[in-house]
Amino acid sequence: MSAVPKRQFSAGQRKSQRGTEESPFVKWLLIVIALLFSLIFLLLPLVNVFAQAFAKGITVYWDALKHPDTLSAMKLTLLVTVICVPLNVLFGLAAAWAITKFEFRGKSLLITLIDLPFSVSPVVAGLMFVVLFGLQGYFGEWLADREIRIIFAVPGIALATLFVTFPFVARELIPIMQAAGSDQEQSALTLGANGWQTFWYVTLPSAKMGLLYGIILCVARCVGEFGAVSVVSGHITGKTDTIPLHVEKLYNEYQGAAAFAVASILALGALLTLGLKTWLEWREAKLEELAQQAEQAITQ
Amino acid sequence: MSIELKNITKQFGGVSAVNDVSFTVADGQLVALLGPSGCGKTTVLRMISGLEAPTAGEIFVRGKRVNDVPVQKRNIGFVFQGYALFRSMSVADNIAFGLKIKKWAKPDRNARVAELIELLGLKDLENRLPHQLSGGQRQRVALARALAPKPDVLLLDEPFAAVDAKIRQELREMLVNLHHELNVTTIFVTHDQEEAMEVSNRIVIFDKGRLAQIGTPREVYEEPASEFVARFVGVMNVLDCEVRQGVARYGELEFPAHGVADGQRLRIGFRPYAVQVSNDLTAHRHCAVLRHTYFLGVLLRLELELPSGLIIRARMSKEEYARLHLTEGREVSLQIRQYRVLAREGESLPPEVAVTHSFPPNLGEGI
Amino acid sequence: MAEKRFRVLPGFGLTMGFTLFYLSVLVLVPIGGLFIRVFNLSWADFWKLATTDRALAAYQLTFGASLAAAFVNALFGTLLAWVLVRYDFPGRRFIDALVDFPFALPTAVAGLTLASLFAENGWLGQFLVPMGIKGAFTPLGVVIALTFVGMPFVVRTLQPVLEHLDRDVEEAAATLGAGRLRTFLSVIAPTLLPPVLTGFALAFARAIGEYGSIVFISGNLPMKTEIAPYLIVIRLEEYDYTGAMALAVVLLVISFALLAVINVLEQWANRFSR
Repeated sequence: MSAVPKRQFSAGQRKSQRGTEESPFVKWLLIVIALLFSLIFLLLPLVNVFAQAFAKGITVYWDALKHPDTLSAMKLTLLVTVICVPLNVLFGLAAAWAITKFEFRGKSLLITLIDLPFSVSPVVAGLMFVVLFGLQGYFGEWLADREIRIIFAVPGIALATLFVTFPFVARELIPIMQAAGSDQEQSALTLGANGWQTFWYVTLPSAKMGLLYGIILCVARCVGEFGAVSVVSGHITGKTDTIPLHVEKLYNEYQGAAAFAVASILALGALLTLGLKTWLEWREAKLEELAQQAEQAITQ
Repeated sequence: MSIELKNITKQFGGVSAVNDVSFTVADGQLVALLGPSGCGKTTVLRMISGLEAPTAGEIFVRGKRVNDVPVQKRNIGFVFQGYALFRSMSVADNIAFGLKIKKWAKPDRNARVAELIELLGLKDLENRLPHQLSGGQRQRVALARALAPKPDVLLLDEPFAAVDAKIRQELREMLVNLHHELNVTTIFVTHDQEEAMEVSNRIVIFDKGRLAQIGTPREVYEEPASEFVARFVGVMNVLDCEVRQGVARYGELEFPAHGVADGQRLRIGFRPYAVQVSNDLTAHRHCAVLRHTYFLGVLLRLELELPSGLIIRARMSKEEYARLHLTEGREVSLQIRQYRVLAREGESLPPEVAVTHSFPPNLGEGI
Repeated sequence: MAEKRFRVLPGFGLTMGFTLFYLSVLVLVPIGGLFIRVFNLSWADFWKLATTDRALAAYQLTFGASLAAAFVNALFGTLLAWVLVRYDFPGRRFIDALVDFPFALPTAVAGLTLASLFAENGWLGQFLVPMGIKGAFTPLGVVIALTFVGMPFVVRTLQPVLEHLDRDVEEAAATLGAGRLRTFLSVIAPTLLPPVLTGFALAFARAIGEYGSIVFISGNLPMKTEIAPYLIVIRLEEYDYTGAMALAVVLLVISFALLAVINVLEQWANRFSR
């Protein structure tokens, strides 16, 4: 299963061709239907978040955001993100290096394992960790004796989030590093570089885009994960509520506007993610265009 | 007349890809549209097919104006450079596609498909999918598919460019045989002048969107209308000469140029085959040194250097080379038996001037 | 490339070791633990827990709604991808970027805003509810939320294929007399079918596991609008660990089966490639 794949930026338009285009009527009919569908399913929900958030006025909005529970939820989310993203980046780099630069048996099995979290329900993911570390779990007694809390505490939340988000960086890096091949690394070796130098100076720069991209997606998912975290966190307000869980709590307590206010932060985050992604794609397309132009200038 | 183009122009954005082109293709001819990349030949082909619409000008097929006729209704067969076979259909289904559209009855369809499979040597491949075929086989399927609905015209866009050289040769011969048998008016686009010369009975040469020359292969080779054509078709020695007292000079070579004013520059060209070489240093007027020999199979190309430093390309058969005991570094004598004054870009020369001058061999004369 | 035992590039041991360690801790051990626990049950007990009336209703809703949502996404996703790649119109770039929105937005927020939109006093609900179309607290709501969540999959899987489609083939069909519709059905559609199916399977798999958006919009009424993952949570809250695990294993097995199907589909999609 793929994370959102990267897109070329050109529209793929060619010069006008007769005989291979739909009639204008058909064309515009299709466009209108597509736009309607996008409007209802994409634009309206987005705008609605902000409309509902400000429905009771700006003061209510700010109060909801300034509330100590909200702030501690934000802190927790931030903490979890700061823990999970670097770990996942390490994993992504290691896995991508092992998979793309070497041949070994069981490679497709490994790749399937990396894809696994995409097909597992987040609730099941959370459940797995409860089964392992909960009071009645495998390690339950062992942990209780040492007064280590994993479930209903930050470590549990981090673990659950790790499970759900670890594929993102790897899946962005693998196709890019695969396409680059290992020729460049091999030349670095012939020039005397050791493994770390090769990785740092040769591999990493060419995988920059994919890495950034994967990090953005990973962060977005870390912040937004709900199901898995919901199962392991215990919903202790002020202690084990992440932002999405806090939204749920407010909603269940009939504080609609406050819920939407906090949700609007997440929506803003989503927009930021989209904006960053679009900007990165645009930049890459521009760079490629420049490179092509330079190439043409040289060969002419 | 089968196809007539009148003052066809095509602009993309502000750029003219095709500029005021007019020519006629008679029924049953095999015509090549020849020229370097970007000269507009493919655009002209696509306009004939209906895949592009001309910005100005008119196209007539069998006397009828077809500018407004959509491509689906023009009854033309089109073969693409990249084959464009329908990937999910078998060879037989690909060939039958046009017949299905035209609502042929099933027995007729099957008969026609079988006919074409036989004609193009695709036996035993009927049920294969395109990705299971070689390049040459795919192109033959593309041909069969285009010919199945009995089109009025067959159009091919650089059909053999994507194929290996050996296969290219086979496909060329097959095209010529097909044309002979079916007698369909055929127009194909190529940038390979050898191919155009070998296959077609008429060549239309394009230069930057304009018509440079139309003629038979022999006409185009021996009587090129301009320097561009001369250089593009075959190899030519071209000299930029200055006229003094009725003689155009370059180095040791002197060409008569009666009636041309002093100081005027003339482009003189002569083909390698027109250079007569002898190992007898007194046989011909000029002495030269054989600098380099290129082996091209049956023929050899010679590079001869005159005392002034001018390099001339000549051609001779293996046998003659051996007979004259030639080797690199050897001194030879040469003379030029045929030359032509070439019109430069944008220049038009009066027909009396732009003519090929030949010196019959037994008279012993030459430049 | 590396040969059999001789690896030119360094770091295989280190990276492979770390990768396997990470995967074991996060994936293999937890899943294994779950399965082992469930294997301790007798087959009869497991079956009883996995097929209670409430569970069956939950499966029905989960799979039914996911299938419906995946269908809608396949249909409209294809349309959207086509329009985005083939045509140019004001706002195309914007919509194109927006397609990823369901992927970037936390599921809780998605559920929240969709529920509010389709509720009786919501922007859409105020028109739809009087017409009998109730989008909130109904199975329809579940379908709506799952459609939202799965939308990018078909579009993004189809777009690269559409962009790299060989236009020559369409022109060839036109020269043979085929009109636009005929060309689309005979020539273009067969090439698009595999990626659409792959996108469909991806959206379906995603929808089955979806939790966050549903809990807000469905109302979670047992036997009516309760999805399987929610039932798992309920059982957990009732300290019925075994019950929860039984359900979880059922879902897991189906997810793995789907993964296999997706793999096969992706291979089939490449069957016409050279």
